[in-house]
Amino acid sequence: MNKMIPMRDGYGKALLELCQSGEKIMVLDADVAKSTRTVWIRDQYPEKFMDMGISEQDMVGTAAGLALSGITPFVSTYCVFLAGRAWDQIRTTVCYNNLNVKLAGAHAGISVGPDGATHQSLEDVAIMRVLPNMTVIVPCDAEETRKATLAIAKRQGPCFIRFGREAVPVITDEDTPFEIGKARLCCDGRDVTVLANGALVREAIEAAKVLEQEGISVRVLDFHTIKPLDQEAVIRAARETGCIVTAEEHQMYGGMGGAVAECLAAHCPVPMEQVAIQDSFGESGQPQELMDKYRLNQSAIQEKIKAVLARKG
Amino acid sequence: MIELERLCRTVRGDIVTMVHRAGSGHPGGSLSAVELMVGLYFGGQLSVDPQNPEWEGRDRFILSKGHVAPVLYSILARKGFFPVEELWTLRQLGSPLQGHPHWKCVPGLDCSSGSLGQGLSIANGLAIGFRKQNMDNRVYCLLGDGELQEGQVWEAVMTAAQHKLDNLCAMVDYNHVQLDGTVEEIKALGDLCAKWHDFGWNVIELDGHDIGAVIRAYEMARAFRGKPTVLIANTVKGKGVSFMENNCDWHGAAPNAQQLEAALEEINREEKAQ
Repeated sequence: MNKMIPMRDGYGKALLELCQSGEKIMVLDADVAKSTRTVWIRDQYPEKFMDMGISEQDMVGTAAGLALSGITPFVSTYCVFLAGRAWDQIRTTVCYNNLNVKLAGAHAGISVGPDGATHQSLEDVAIMRVLPNMTVIVPCDAEETRKATLAIAKRQGPCFIRFGREAVPVITDEDTPFEIGKARLCCDGRDVTVLANGALVREAIEAAKVLEQEGISVRVLDFHTIKPLDQEAVIRAARETGCIVTAEEHQMYGGMGGAVAECLAAHCPVPMEQVAIQDSFGESGQPQELMDKYRLNQSAIQEKIKAVLARKG
Repeated sequence: MIELERLCRTVRGDIVTMVHRAGSGHPGGSLSAVELMVGLYFGGQLSVDPQNPEWEGRDRFILSKGHVAPVLYSILARKGFFPVEELWTLRQLGSPLQGHPHWKCVPGLDCSSGSLGQGLSIANGLAIGFRKQNMDNRVYCLLGDGELQEGQVWEAVMTAAQHKLDNLCAMVDYNHVQLDGTVEEIKALGDLCAKWHDFGWNVIELDGHDIGAVIRAYEMARAFRGKPTVLIANTVKGKGVSFMENNCDWHGAAPNAQQLEAALEEINREEKAQ
């Protein structure tokens, strides 16, 4: 049984590591430091922490100024308010200037649960990945979130990372490789490839195990980086397995599935199906209830695999 | 002081000529900010080195009202950051002088701007960053009065006060006119000095066209400790070109050849009179 840890713990842990190693960073939050785990920085490295209050646009602008002064800011708040509310600040001040600002969207996806649709960020990947100079990462567990946070600290330029609220199984370990822009092979297969990110990576792996017993050979890629897109992995998957399923806790339009569809259409058109939110808002409910109702689970992935295999013929 | 007044006229001439040649741009708010900008760059206030634009010890200037790029470009050219002839390429394809400033293109620029309401947050970040690194660089930020209708400005006003950023000076070009009409008839600002004061700032109100008063205000701001300072500069939109003054139609319109001639004649006439 895998340990259950929220991905934001990985974010907080990485920030602590960066502070410990003396990196020139500042951690900014918008009055949700306990949720994003930046409270760990507040308590242990107060000189590296600023609570900006409930003012996300000002927080992003302030981060831009810090970056201009030579400090790497980590901007943390709920994903929906970061990517959505501060989009123009991220576009025109951070990305147009190509500033070294790191953006961390916590409580992303429908699995934030009872808070309901206002707090369920399902559009952020779409509106972040259209921005020039931006890097977009959706890690699959706490350990990968830690590694991704350390990786964006090293990477020059604007980076966006998003992760969920709930404790989810830790399916990678310290030795699992992580490289921005390189999809990670979770299990190989011949008949179909599932490109998954976030909590759906684990669901895809479980779906693959079940289908293996039915004689369906499923390749699963942890597709953590949406931008820059690992085109080579997408094209290879299309050529070698002949069909694709994408799985993400995000709207079906414009997210990772959209990015993969763009790549396939341009380079290697094959049948593709999406496990994603079907162009609707969410609602209140327990996280797992919502993941089941909105078909973001391993049974949905199995269905889509069978559907795409039928189209592949 | 006479030298600086003469320079103000030169900058005004640059502004109307640039916008005329470009066929578009924002003369009104550029003309109202001339003394604030000349005082800052040429009145011994902003420490910069045109020979070394990236010098780490330089002070920073953030143009929050990015549409008045012409006044900033003229100032940077006259300061020696790039040749004056480049001014005439404003807004043309391939020109470094974008319609709203892009810092990657222009030596001496400290940040891009153009989407209103964002500059003061950036200036705050710089001021906090310098303080964190024990650097004594100062930060200046020019805001428009219409721009103060953007909510983010007031978020930033609170941030600067919260962090007691006395290495920061904001300037409000209070010309009372925005694109669609007067600030008062569109969304009035009330008692602006009282507002900034209540938000925890040191407030200096001044005649924004009196170059001596502008420089004195910058010096008072520099000497003030424990709070950020704002200069509320009472100005005239389109200052120096009578048919542009207080007229919102000249917020974002280019003079034709005849109008340019009249504008330059008026700007230079003042010089002859002196």
